[in-house]
Amino acid sequence: MIQAILVFNNHGKPRLVRFYQRFPEEIQQQIVRETFHLVLKRDDNICNFLEGGSLIGGSDYKLIYRHYATLYFVFCVDSSESELGILDLIQVFVETLDKCFENVCELDLIFHMDKVHYILQEVVMGGMVLETNMNEIVAQMDAQSRLEKSEGGLSAAPARAVSAVKNINLPEIPRNINIGDLNIKVPNLSQFV
Amino acid sequence: MPAPIRLRELIRTIRTARTQAEEREMIQKECAAIRSSFREEDNTYRCRNVAKLLYMHMLGYPAHFGQLECLKLIASQKFTDKRIGYLGAMLLLDERQDVHLLMTNCIKNDLNHSTQFVQGLALCTLGCMGSSEMCRDLAGEVEKLLKTSNSYLRKKAALCAVHVIRKVPELMEMFLPATKNLLNEKNHGVLHTSVVLLTEMCERSPDMLAHFRKNEKLVPQLVRILKNLIMSGYSPEHDVSGISDPFLQVRILRLLRILGRNDDDSSEAMNDILAQVATNTETSKNVGNAILYETVLTIMDIKSESGLRVLAINILGRFLLNNDKNIRYVALTSLLKTVQTDHNAVQRHRSTIVDCLKDLDVSIKRRAMELSFALVNGNNIRGMMKELLYFLDSCEPEFKADCASGIFLAAEKYAPSKRWHIDTIMRVLTTAGSYVRDDAVPNLIQLITNSVEMHAYTVQRLYKAILGDYSQQPLVQVAAWCIGEYGDLLVSGQCEEEEPIQVTEDEVLDILESVLISNMSTSVTRGYALTAIMKLSTRFTCTVNRIKKVVSIYGSSIDVELQQRAVEYNALFKKYDHMAPTAAPTPASVPQISQAPFLLDGLSSQPLFNDITTGIPSITAYSKNGLKIEFTFERSNTNPSVTVITIQASNSTELDMTDFVFQAAVPKTFQLQLLSPSSSIVPAFNTGTITQVIKVLNPQKQQLRMRIKLTYNHKGSAMQDLAEVNNFPPQSWQ
Repeated sequence: MIQAILVFNNHGKPRLVRFYQRFPEEIQQQIVRETFHLVLKRDDNICNFLEGGSLIGGSDYKLIYRHYATLYFVFCVDSSESELGILDLIQVFVETLDKCFENVCELDLIFHMDKVHYILQEVVMGGMVLETNMNEIVAQMDAQSRLEKSEGGLSAAPARAVSAVKNINLPEIPRNINIGDLNIKVPNLSQFV
Repeated sequence: MPAPIRLRELIRTIRTARTQAEEREMIQKECAAIRSSFREEDNTYRCRNVAKLLYMHMLGYPAHFGQLECLKLIASQKFTDKRIGYLGAMLLLDERQDVHLLMTNCIKNDLNHSTQFVQGLALCTLGCMGSSEMCRDLAGEVEKLLKTSNSYLRKKAALCAVHVIRKVPELMEMFLPATKNLLNEKNHGVLHTSVVLLTEMCERSPDMLAHFRKNEKLVPQLVRILKNLIMSGYSPEHDVSGISDPFLQVRILRLLRILGRNDDDSSEAMNDILAQVATNTETSKNVGNAILYETVLTIMDIKSESGLRVLAINILGRFLLNNDKNIRYVALTSLLKTVQTDHNAVQRHRSTIVDCLKDLDVSIKRRAMELSFALVNGNNIRGMMKELLYFLDSCEPEFKADCASGIFLAAEKYAPSKRWHIDTIMRVLTTAGSYVRDDAVPNLIQLITNSVEMHAYTVQRLYKAILGDYSQQPLVQVAAWCIGEYGDLLVSGQCEEEEPIQVTEDEVLDILESVLISNMSTSVTRGYALTAIMKLSTRFTCTVNRIKKVVSIYGSSIDVELQQRAVEYNALFKKYDHMAPTAAPTPASVPQISQAPFLLDGLSSQPLFNDITTGIPSITAYSKNGLKIEFTFERSNTNPSVTVITIQASNSTELDMTDFVFQAAVPKTFQLQLLSPSSSIVPAFNTGTITQVIKVLNPQKQQLRMRIKLTYNHKGSAMQDLAEVNNFPPQSWQ
């Protein structure tokens, strides 16, 4: 079972924090900090498995991590998960993020925290692996996004409507129509955008 | 009231904060805005506000006031609201809050919703944080969904069922009928989660396990699926680096392991497929190795035939040669588990394992060390010991204690000769002497006592070892004991095993006394040394007087243990010594013997120590207003980062300096330990000194600098001075 999934950057700022076992808030933050310090010390040519810190789990738990550019992806698992399998799972998760965000980078994770959680929900549920087929996950995410969009999305409809109206290109309406002049100026109706 | 800002706006704003305080301020402002928005029961913007709250929660700020709002969102009709509401519930709520029970009804409705994604959300939430009451209420709905044809929902229902079973084990029976057809699915997601569900049931209940083995014929089904996966050729949806759905393969192998454990029939049924997977899997990428690894673990755990087991261990051996450090780590861990049962097979890979001792990775080195100790036997002891001693020399300090203990154990069990045994012990004591465990010393002494013919050789080697350096306590303790016991062999030059050295009784006493005086010796070591000196009085002939003098000095030692010993030994001398009429000396009349610092305030300012490491010059650190402070140095050869400084404060004025306190500070890269001073009065006219010991740890061998602060009362007024000491001789820190 996966106990926690943590994603933080090279300075320890959390980008995704998901616990599958209940810890009080302060302990959660402490765990993130402790994990960051443990992982930061690791060289790049050392194996990706760490015995867990003192706060999270006991001797049965391991930290399995991968370092991608500016982000660390850390999975805390117990002995019922295969260590090498989890390494592959992290790869699948990151590749799925890449597919959903088009060349994902740290900024995507920062500004779309909710979307990242939803994607994770399709991969891991209740601490257990749910789906590993990337295309399947992306398809499900797309369907749900479409559903959200049809309702107006998280930003809620009103803002969109106002800005939409603001952006309509209305054609020029002449103020003076000289009726005496038989040459009536016919306005040039441009396309509605 | 203006519309609450969007999540993206908030994130952008928070990122502009330059300090933690600024960030906190922004967040507090936003929280206040959100709170008032919640109070206004604003339905349109609630989802936006909760999203922001979750972001702030991730950064570590309190967000509990949003819990009820999440429930309102879950009850809404909009998918967007439900989505963020359920996420909020999973992140903010747990079964310890009563609020969570209010969700039960919503979840129940949503499990029957017309939109599959809503049903999926409900299953997900229930599967993550459902309490036992909720699970009991909703198990029926989950069971229904387990039988649906919609694969998206079916796979979620399976994992949700796992959670329900974990929370309420009695409900396991309820899911049994639904599992009948699970493995007939084509969809890999469903297959995967179904195998997880079956695994959970088998692990929890031996009855279930038996049932699945016999009635359901689970093993043949799994074998069939696995075979299809391997043979099916390229299938783009499930392909990962050329292998068909490795995650599913690994899951199935794990379930097979549980089914085959301790069961001959099941194990037999899976032998073929295991051999097939083991030989056909591509090993160039990590996925292939993950499958192989799982296969190996399964083979070792079930009742497989011996050919298969050898195949498994050979795979592990190949892993050890892999460039990927993760694979080597995993291989060593598995070999450790199997070394007891399949000892001979693992022996074949001994040389590779020993090579891993030289790996750069600390985790790999540790496992290689443990495995090496497990593989030592009578045949390979010489070769292995050479490697292990080399490892002990070069490994990190955290390993040395375990390694030393392991070597002692192995040496005791398999030593080919007594001489080899003693040599090995000597080697460990001299290279890692300070890391040897305390309980090892009595054991070693016992060992030496028992090898009677080696006494002369042993004592000679030990004497030579501590001549150069007596800072490693366990080594010194063993050596002191041996010298005390076999000192007569030492001075008579009786060694057969190697060239005997010429040692006089005085030289032996010199070294023992240096041990007694040295500040690096612990109290226990001093005890050993004193007892040894005492014992030599019956073995030596010319220096008995000297021994008596030394022993009686310690009769007034501050250390209670030493004092007691000295007094008792003294008493023994008096009682049994018929030959020396002028026995008991008084302490003050023996200036030639180096005095211990804690005894004497009244001695004039002569240097207190014979410097151990070739004469580091002492310095005058401070001299002002009649107060002079001198530093003398001692350093250890094996632990050169420790410098022991002894300060001596003397007063040339005509009045005493009272309440004298010496304080010192060093730069950040150093560590300082100040021991207690001999007294707090510096007597006038240089009639006495205060001595105090400072231990400085200088791992980076930087130039020693120190700032000192002196406070004392003189001529009725309080004096205080700060000074910098910069004239440390290079030998004290280089």
